[in-house]
Amino acid sequence: MRHEGINSGMSPNASTATPLLAVRGLTTAYRGLIAVSDVSIDVDQGEIVVVAGANGAGKSTLLKSVAGLERARSGAITFFGERIEAMPGHVITERGLAYVPENRRLFPGLSVSDNLRLGSYLYRKRADREAPLERVFSLFPRLKERLQQRAGTLSGGEQQMLAIGRALMTRPRLLMLDEPSQGIMPKLVDEIFAAVQSIRDTGVTILLVEQRLAESLEIANRAYVLQTGRLILSGTAAEVRDNPDVRKAYLGI
Amino acid sequence: MQIESLLQVFASGLLMGLLYALIAVGLSLIFGLMNVVNFAHGEFLMVAMYAVYSLWVVTLLDPVLLAPVATAFLFGVGAFAYMGVVRFAMRAKSNVSMVQIFATFGLAIFIQGVAQYFFTPDYRSITDTWLGGKTISIGGLFLPAPQLIGGLISIVLFIGLYLLMSRTDFGKALEATREDQGAVALVGINRNKVFALGWGLGAALVGAAGAVLAIFYYIYPQVGGPFALIAYVVVALGGFGSIFGALAAGIIVGLVEAFTAVLIPPSMKTIAVYSLYLAVVFIRPNGLFGRL
Repeated sequence: MRHEGINSGMSPNASTATPLLAVRGLTTAYRGLIAVSDVSIDVDQGEIVVVAGANGAGKSTLLKSVAGLERARSGAITFFGERIEAMPGHVITERGLAYVPENRRLFPGLSVSDNLRLGSYLYRKRADREAPLERVFSLFPRLKERLQQRAGTLSGGEQQMLAIGRALMTRPRLLMLDEPSQGIMPKLVDEIFAAVQSIRDTGVTILLVEQRLAESLEIANRAYVLQTGRLILSGTAAEVRDNPDVRKAYLGI
Repeated sequence: MQIESLLQVFASGLLMGLLYALIAVGLSLIFGLMNVVNFAHGEFLMVAMYAVYSLWVVTLLDPVLLAPVATAFLFGVGAFAYMGVVRFAMRAKSNVSMVQIFATFGLAIFIQGVAQYFFTPDYRSITDTWLGGKTISIGGLFLPAPQLIGGLISIVLFIGLYLLMSRTDFGKALEATREDQGAVALVGINRNKVFALGWGLGAALVGAAGAVLAIFYYIYPQVGGPFALIAYVVVALGGFGSIFGALAAGIIVGLVEAFTAVLIPPSMKTIAVYSLYLAVVFIRPNGLFGRL
């Protein structure tokens, strides 16, 4: 069954008894090594939640496990009241959980327009396809100028915009972004962070993995810090920002 | 040689080439989609011919009318071949490409065995068809009616395939899957379904060709072999995975075959086709229209 998309009238800050996404005791191996070990996180409706940590801390593996691209060894993942840890990736997308991986995974030989069109593959009704497309164009006007260009010929920042745009075309409840600022020029980084904020403001919950901790804590509600596959810290954005270890290790203060 | 007879050779080469293209394009489609060479492709053609033959024996309907039935039936055969065999071969832990080759090769032997069991190795042919043995005269050229209709069917199906690939969501899903089969789940596409439909589509196209071929060719369990060989040449020549390449290369092979049959003994006509193939492989290993 297809979910109703982001226009279902839920207020962004509606408090729900159960979190939108609940990860419990997740352990996942990547290439034979345990990359995520006994990690539990919650993401509530309307939040921006940041997962931070050094390279190899298991952040990407965590997102891949939630998206169904890596299989968890143990643990439970509940999304919108449904267990998803054993679901194939395309079904998880259908349930309203969109994922923009670190390497973006666009279809490089297809046009920008076709990449976006494929994002709305699950929808048959014209309105279900055009409304999110308008939203993507208002978020990233430069995509509209590049519609016929092949995705592979876009700049890094534009590819990131397209990847986020394609994910929004699936009309997600939850959008997971893996290092959206990676490999793009500083001016565009601000644009991406601003876009993430306005996506949240339209009612899409965000789970963000990011190296740029200072910037992401500015827009985040809560944060988790991973170290070598384990959760070492969690709290509100302010709590994490003020933590002495975090200040020393990640913020360079 | 007179200009009329040159045109005559050209026309019959062109028509046969269109049919070769139709036989080969499904092979190219499947290869492009998932990098699997289907060694049972000729057997798909043979199954289509026997399907038309059996339906003709029972209903006495003309093969031209039965062509859509054969096409639909082969769609099912192709989808089933993926779901029942290839899907499992792709899960091999190591040496996946060899496993795939032997899986489809085994499928080919299996289908041949089944055909031999039910139909015996005897040569069959469909008699008293509307088109069989007839020629149509166009501007002084005499064209065999089955090949003419076959060529037309081929052109129509190529146009349809082009529209499917360029205009529909399913066509875009096929292209996306061939670009990155691991990423299509991110937009909610079930790649297994795309693969199954891709195999169905590839087999349906060779099914249409088989229905035409059944009008003027003998039907026996090994009939797919020589045509499959030509199909591999066409696909390699046109570029693996390229639809337009399959069309162009099919026509080239048909023309080369027709003209060499005039110049050297017909029994040696395939030599020119394979020489051309070797030349292309040495000079442009990706085929004439292949993506690099």
